[in-house]
Amino acid sequence: MRVPLLRLNAHTLIVPLHADVDDEGVLSFQSDLTGRVSADQVTGVVIDVSALDVVDSYMARVLNDTACMVRLLGACVVVCGVQPAVALTLVEMGRNLVDVPTAFNLERALVKLEQLVVATNAGDPRTGAPDASADD
Amino acid sequence: MHPQTIELGNSGDLLRARLAARAMAKQIGLGVMDQTRFATAVSELSRNALVYAKGGCCELRDFSDQVQIRLQAEVRDRGPGIVDLQRALSDGFSTSGSLGAGLPGTQRLVDHFDIQTGTAGTVVCIQIVRRRRT
Repeated sequence: MRVPLLRLNAHTLIVPLHADVDDEGVLSFQSDLTGRVSADQVTGVVIDVSALDVVDSYMARVLNDTACMVRLLGACVVVCGVQPAVALTLVEMGRNLVDVPTAFNLERALVKLEQLVVATNAGDPRTGAPDASADD
Repeated sequence: MHPQTIELGNSGDLLRARLAARAMAKQIGLGVMDQTRFATAVSELSRNALVYAKGGCCELRDFSDQVQIRLQAEVRDRGPGIVDLQRALSDGFSTSGSLGAGLPGTQRLVDHFDIQTGTAGTVVCIQIVRRRRT
């Protein structure tokens, strides 16, 4: 089963990871997502992991890698909906297993994403906008 | 509860091992946090068997008595064995390009962790032990 990539608007994708995604599904998700982000010039991606009741070190790595890839393409990423038990096991297993911006839920993730996109654009000297140090 | 054995041959079996581990943990009365610890640990070990030894099997057993809940998972494979066990058990070491949190991470999730490895394969046995609430 493929992971759906939902188009919220012209520049935002929402990606709900489902609980029974296997390793092949995860890898095709990575290539599908980077392909879509690049083809559609998406500026923001929300990865919703609320359906995942287990995130092992492999899945954590895939999440980190995917976020890195998407950022390299020029988009921002927010992960939302990490379950309490998942947060607990990830921290117990080792620090820094997930190193991406996170939010409680989809709604807050979209707000955070918008802030990230604005901050990224502001920090880009080519847009002529004031740089990031002007923020905060 | 009856022991359960899950053969590990492909990544779909990982999912089955994980689901079976959680179901068993839930059924014998472990809380959500411990269910997740156990399922995550089983997932890590089963994945190791699959990645490094092209498969193996995972056996789940309930050793609970009146005093405590004791749930065990034993993952065995017939792979080449772990050459440097001490390094494999230390944080940040990986031969497969992963985060290297698998074995040491699993060790931190459970109460008992025993690993035996040799040229005939690797056997990892983990247990979660909890005192029963009266």
